[in-house]
Amino acid sequence: MQNKSLVSITDYSKAEYLKILDLAAEFEKNPNQEILKGKLVATLFFEPSTRTRLSFETAINRLGGRVIGFADVNSSSVTKGESLKDTIKMVTSYADLIVIRHPTEGAARYASEIATVPVINAGDGANQHPTQTLLDLYSIQKTQKTLENLNMFMIGDLKYGRTVHSLLMAMSYFNPTFYFISPDELKMPREYLIYLNQQKIKYYEYKEFMPIISEADIVYMTRVQKERFSDPIEYEKTKNAYVLRNSMLEHTRANMKILHPLPRVNEISLDVDENPKAYYFTQALNGVFVRQAIISSILGLNS
Amino acid sequence: MKDKQLIVSAIKNGTVIDHVPAKNLFKVITILNLDSIDTQITFGTNLESKKLGSKAIIKISDKYFLDEEINRIALVAPQAKLNIIRDYEVIEKRVVEVPDSIIGIVKCVNPMCITNQEEVKTKFSVISKDEVSLKCYYCEKITHQDQMTIYNVNSQY
Ligand SMILES: [Zn+2]
Repeated sequence: MQNKSLVSITDYSKAEYLKILDLAAEFEKNPNQEILKGKLVATLFFEPSTRTRLSFETAINRLGGRVIGFADVNSSSVTKGESLKDTIKMVTSYADLIVIRHPTEGAARYASEIATVPVINAGDGANQHPTQTLLDLYSIQKTQKTLENLNMFMIGDLKYGRTVHSLLMAMSYFNPTFYFISPDELKMPREYLIYLNQQKIKYYEYKEFMPIISEADIVYMTRVQKERFSDPIEYEKTKNAYVLRNSMLEHTRANMKILHPLPRVNEISLDVDENPKAYYFTQALNGVFVRQAIISSILGLNS
Repeated sequence: MKDKQLIVSAIKNGTVIDHVPAKNLFKVITILNLDSIDTQITFGTNLESKKLGSKAIIKISDKYFLDEEINRIALVAPQAKLNIIRDYEVIEKRVVEVPDSIIGIVKCVNPMCITNQEEVKTKFSVISKDEVSLKCYYCEKITHQDQMTIYNVNSQY
């Protein structure tokens, strides 16, 4: 994967995922390794995402590399008139690697065509956010000691949530059983169900999770946003059905862990935070190790 | 039978494209760039067709197409048949075939796609050939046959 851009979760093979996860585990044991000394990484955030940017910049700093870039378009000289193409053409001559976040779908793929250095997609609109998916995989593997044969619960907005779509694609290498729990309006899109059928992966669709949550190994929560509903009354009726509370975790499996891409609003109530099954804050911290692993693999620095 | 054939006069040398759905005649003209050809072109449209309901036929004198050129019309005229004419004789018949990838021609259905926001030429992989559906190389969204908008030649980058 040296010099290969990471734009979409489908750019990597199963073997490449596993290599990244192994490497991330090494970085977790020994986070400060100055293998990026003398290298410059550009972090171009055309839309603000403090969480993702800090995670990337921490990863780069722990590797001893340096960062140039901007945190959002308003604070940079990239004015509305300058095309993405021109910005990338400029930056590609300075940096050894480009990390890009952009509100437009496909922007990272396009940047990777223009850039002469590898590009990492840190989110392109509703499309892809592959480093999030890899940190989700890492968190699953770390808590379950395996990625194989798990019962994966995905709860909430399964229609628009890009993280659940990418995670579905990535997990499908590992023979999971999926449980999709969502209101009718926000069901997993048909194209993904067709994909699972083709891959002969089992899945079930439900509207409520309480009767079945005892089966879960991983519960992946997403936010149900009001603006996704065509009918506001429908939202009011359903919003509380997709909130996880501590009392609901009583009969869940001992190994069960709750993940969430963060930031959360109210879909996980605060009383869950103290439960050892709540893993979402650690999950976010894992992002730094996973990004260290991705950056060092792409720059060919791990030997 | 004879009457029908006379609707569009015969050509001596060139290409006849038959079984074009009447509603897509002008899309075919656009895709093949026929408005920039200076040899004689005749066409008939709203002709009866058992298969298509209403079809069009295009006759282009002294012009032959490469497979890759002609396959571009598969998106709008998948059942089109080509007759290659020399000296008033049909010397070869060809059918169009949906290619594996499409560059340009079609607009991505996703308004948030980079190809609809900046001057980026569209690129698709063809994921289904019967009911044509295209997967955008950039935003990864699917554009289905019934959602396809064909670019005007001049608005392509
Ligand atoms: Zn697109």
